[in-house]
Amino acid sequence: MRVTVRLFARLRDLAGTGELVREVPDSATVHTVWSSLKAEMPALAQYERTISVAVNAEYARMAAAVHDGDEVAFMPPVSGG
Amino acid sequence: MAQVAVTSEPLDLHAMIRELVRLKPDTTYEGLKPDTTYDEPAHGRPGDGAIATFTGLVRDHNQGRRVRFLEYEAYEPLALRALARIVDEAQAAWPAVRLAMQHRIGRLEVGEGSIIVAAMSPHRADAFAACRYAIERVKQIVPIWKREHFEGGEVWLEGATADPDDETARRAAYRTACA
Repeated sequence: MRVTVRLFARLRDLAGTGELVREVPDSATVHTVWSSLKAEMPALAQYERTISVAVNAEYARMAAAVHDGDEVAFMPPVSGG
Repeated sequence: MAQVAVTSEPLDLHAMIRELVRLKPDTTYEGLKPDTTYDEPAHGRPGDGAIATFTGLVRDHNQGRRVRFLEYEAYEPLALRALARIVDEAQAAWPAVRLAMQHRIGRLEVGEGSIIVAAMSPHRADAFAACRYAIERVKQIVPIWKREHFEGGEVWLEGATADPDDETARRAAYRTACA
């Protein structure tokens, strides 16, 4: 199945893009998506312990299941205000 | 929800307060006159005793660097949900308060407003507390980032790992608000 991956701020800079589409196994979780992304772009690994994740623009956990067509977002620590 | 917004336009505190005054007439305030009565920015509804506001500004220095300008980026749909969640949290903690806030994105020059928060309530203590709580929570859980362009370089600023379910962080914001 296919998911759209969204990356923000420094993660977007490190990846060179803010949006990409990836094939993942049917049983994939957010963690599966992150792991394959990390394998593809090792520079992202430095954010392993500090990212937040969202599925379809709702905060989610790494263990959350993802489904075909989902938008999975990875976000570095926030700095609004 | 008109109460929260993420916008690339300059922020207008008075317009937001006017919206807030119109918002959700309290059921105890029967027989209100038409909303046009409340168009003056410094007016509330009859039961209101205070408007507390906070405006965040782009400062010309940060951690020893001379800041030229900031660029704000948001994950907009989630940022709106996170802002709405903060409004809900504040209204749960201070039921008499009505809260609104807007965050600006895009390029902001030194001196410009990046965020506005307004809290209206019958009494000032609740208004001040809810206003402070809201800005503390924004810094914890709203997916917005600032890229600082300073003399000699640029850097993404990173604060808190956003986790709206982190009760320790939420309680810390509450304690700060009530200090």
